Amino acid sequence: MTTTSELPETAPETRYIGKPIKRREDPRLMTGQGSFLDDIRLPGMSYAEVVRSPYAHANIKMIDTGAAKSMPGVLGVFTGDDFMDINPLPCAWQAGKVTNNVNTPRVLAVDKVCQVGDPVAVVVAETPYQARDAAAAVDVDYEELPAVTDAKATTADGAPQLHENAPNNIVLTWECGTDADSVDAALKAADVHVTEEIRNQRLIPTAIETRGSIGRYDPGTDEYTLWETSQCPHVHRLLLAAFVMNIPEHKLRVIAPDIGGGFGQKIFLYWDMPLVLALAKKVGRPVKYVEDRSSNYLTATHGRDHVTDVEIGATNDGHITALKVKTWANLGAYLSTIAPGIPTTLYGRMVAGCYKIPNIHVDVVATYSNTAMVDAYRGAGRPEAAYLVERVCDLVAHATGVDPAEVRRRNFIQPEDFPYDTGVGMLPYDSGNYEQAFDRALEQVGYKELRAEQQRRRRNSDPKLLGIGLSSYVEVCGVAPSKWIGLPGEGWGAGLWESANVRVHLTGKIVATTGSLPHGQGHETSFSQLVAEELGVPIEDVEIQHGDTAGTPFGFGTYGSRSLAVGGIAMYKSLQKVKEKARRIAAHMLEASPEDIVWENGKAHVKGSPEQAKTLGEIALQASVAYDLPDGMEPYLDETTYYDPPNCTFPFGTHVCVVEIDRETGEIALRRYVAVDDVGNVVNPLIVDGQLHGGIAQGLSQALYEGAVYAENGELLTGTMNDYAMPRASMVPTYELDRTVTPSPTNPMGVKGAGEAGTIAATPAVANAVLDALRPFGIENLDMPLTPPKVWAAMHHAAGAAQAAD
Amino acid sequence: MAEAPAKIETQRITLTVNGQEHAEEVEPRMLLVHFLRDQLGLTGTHVGCDTSQCGACVVDVNGKTTKSCTMFAVQADGAEITTIEGLASEGAYHPVQEGFWEMHGLQCGYCTPGMIMSSVALLKRNPHPSEQEIRHELEGNICRCTGYQNIVRAVQYAADKMGESGAASAD
Repeated sequence: MTTTSELPETAPETRYIGKPIKRREDPRLMTGQGSFLDDIRLPGMSYAEVVRSPYAHANIKMIDTGAAKSMPGVLGVFTGDDFMDINPLPCAWQAGKVTNNVNTPRVLAVDKVCQVGDPVAVVVAETPYQARDAAAAVDVDYEELPAVTDAKATTADGAPQLHENAPNNIVLTWECGTDADSVDAALKAADVHVTEEIRNQRLIPTAIETRGSIGRYDPGTDEYTLWETSQCPHVHRLLLAAFVMNIPEHKLRVIAPDIGGGFGQKIFLYWDMPLVLALAKKVGRPVKYVEDRSSNYLTATHGRDHVTDVEIGATNDGHITALKVKTWANLGAYLSTIAPGIPTTLYGRMVAGCYKIPNIHVDVVATYSNTAMVDAYRGAGRPEAAYLVERVCDLVAHATGVDPAEVRRRNFIQPEDFPYDTGVGMLPYDSGNYEQAFDRALEQVGYKELRAEQQRRRRNSDPKLLGIGLSSYVEVCGVAPSKWIGLPGEGWGAGLWESANVRVHLTGKIVATTGSLPHGQGHETSFSQLVAEELGVPIEDVEIQHGDTAGTPFGFGTYGSRSLAVGGIAMYKSLQKVKEKARRIAAHMLEASPEDIVWENGKAHVKGSPEQAKTLGEIALQASVAYDLPDGMEPYLDETTYYDPPNCTFPFGTHVCVVEIDRETGEIALRRYVAVDDVGNVVNPLIVDGQLHGGIAQGLSQALYEGAVYAENGELLTGTMNDYAMPRASMVPTYELDRTVTPSPTNPMGVKGAGEAGTIAATPAVANAVLDALRPFGIENLDMPLTPPKVWAAMHHAAGAAQAAD
Repeated sequence: MAEAPAKIETQRITLTVNGQEHAEEVEPRMLLVHFLRDQLGLTGTHVGCDTSQCGACVVDVNGKTTKSCTMFAVQADGAEITTIEGLASEGAYHPVQEGFWEMHGLQCGYCTPGMIMSSVALLKRNPHPSEQEIRHELEGNICRCTGYQNIVRAVQYAADKMGESGAASAD
């Protein structure tokens, strides 16, 4: 295990950092005292319900709101024509250096709908029940059009066309890596050549809290307030004010209360946000809109949905020499806020995984279809990349007869190779020791013994098929240096730094604000640990504030596992500034020079004279009353940092899954799940482990259970939780976690990020385990989710084919 | 086109929630969860799925674990109801709440009230559940954050704790 970084300044042992501190958020949440969006009731609140399209693709011929308007309690009924002064939502991250054929949603659809659930009218009423009644009374006449839902099929000539500016429903075509001709030559020269179609199915994020928003307008001040289920309220304020509603940014305040999970879906700007603000102004009352579950499934964003044709070249001894990837990424009916960035920068540039692959070429075709929008979902691009390259490793193992563990070992990037450039346009990987984590995982699971057991069972035609699945992953976190993500080449066109303000009040109590936005990750705890550690105060004296654009500096929010690696570092730097100022004040109070002041146990004293110490509280008081400060010094301990990271961070690790499949039924039992992750230095191991647990559950659930299914006509068949297979407690195993620690050299805390690692690693580990078990049947690949009927059918089809060949 | 319905008559119900008696007028169609949240202001009980899958709305009605999104308020006339707000007594957390805190059994906290209410009921039925029994009996509650492992540990913690205090009071 590698050593920790420079924290803290003086104490050899930490008091808070690295400790499994119980979460400070929990008492309110476990007693029902949390304040989630739907818990908020403002005086005079009214309620909005929308009328949604039952068709996936249709022209709107007529909307009759007459009956609805006369219903009890109705305050107003509106259609898209009433909001033509509100711009379509912006697509903020367009893929770099290529044409993006952009179509984004309006607050309500006008003339045409492109997905089931497209909102076409809205009712505002005194109660939610009255709003529902009236919404049901709005009469809409549609002319149904043919629909298309599949990522590849939507680009075919003759497929139904969604938008005039996107021929063949193509949003963009994009490429990265070595030029295609060189990769073709390398493929031709390879000992072994494998091709496969790999599908990464569509998922629905399914935070247990759906989305919603509350709008309020104050005519006295011309100010709007928006409460929303959001992972990034500051960004939403900016986009809403400047791009959607054309109102001054300072006349809009955005508040994210307690958030009941996000997983990416709550990053994005949605139509209901400007809608409730506009409605609040129209009806003169606060307006609340909360999705029901089906509405969430229909029109909030989904994730993944890639179809990839991959060509692999390898040597006979398992070295991967070339990878040619063509991916169709289904982005749905319209472009969500950062949709084009996911299959390009966050997927295409990560397909090398943790391997040295000399020739890689990636083509991405992003497409429209009559389905829900697809954007970042936990992992966002990296799970698709990890799934691809980890399936590639097993395909190479299969084709060469080299053990899957050996294939990975032979191709790993080595510790001395860092910083490492994979040649596909990603920033250089910061640090890593892939083989160390790999070895530890294999040792913990007992890989050799398992392979021997597998051999034995195969020889004896055991009724249970044993499968061992490996997944070594690297992911990109801590997004992102503005110099990289802001450049036209990556297409974001804006920074991605983070802010933190630390104020030590007169009484010595500390309020720290962050632009990050927790929605289950426990920032109030881990950021408090950081503050308490650095300033040497009890954690009870620290309050972390977030989520309200009033009173906190601009921040970009929480996604891409960036909170600690970017927001935490902003906090760390503000704390250093506070300490430096406090040191100068302490020196003044103790009549010493600042260089002679040392911090110990939360007190400042002159080197060698610990008996005459000043506490932070005493220094804060001195800074506040301000009549006796060093010449020229401003009063108060109040420091702000805007931190722009020099690089991203690259966590990694190896997960191993062991399954047993019943030959008779295709049923899959998860026997073991071992995960060795390296997320750099850890502030709160309790929270990090929790993040890994949840991530693994989501990842393995993609492999075995989940999948959004559309009928050919574009109807979402998995439109409720009755139909969409959410994992339950009995459907997941006990996770056996271990860690290696390779600090990131990117930031002074050596942290990397842990929010998405589990999701990224788990899907290929489980899928590879199932396919490993099925190897005696000659099955090369199966599309997820790997359900028992699918596995059973594949076994029987393979057995039948073998018999027929005899 | 749908006809505008006539004004919906309300009905008077009397019930006890967390030890406090309430007499309220409700529409017959009002769901219990909306009554608890919107009429009584007990917003700790959540709605997650509308279809009785996720269990975020679980409360105790006359000793029975109940998904309050699938019951009308009028059906609770005369009932004794406990919600998450009524679980801690005299400032002391219920051992299950304590277990969720100790074992990091919650992250976003949205499923937590229902998960805790179901866990309390589980331990009433079966004070010494195996891990498999815990996982099976919590199938009616969905959590997207934790991957369930620490929820299982939280219930085990509470079982141990309640076992100890049960043993102590038996002495």
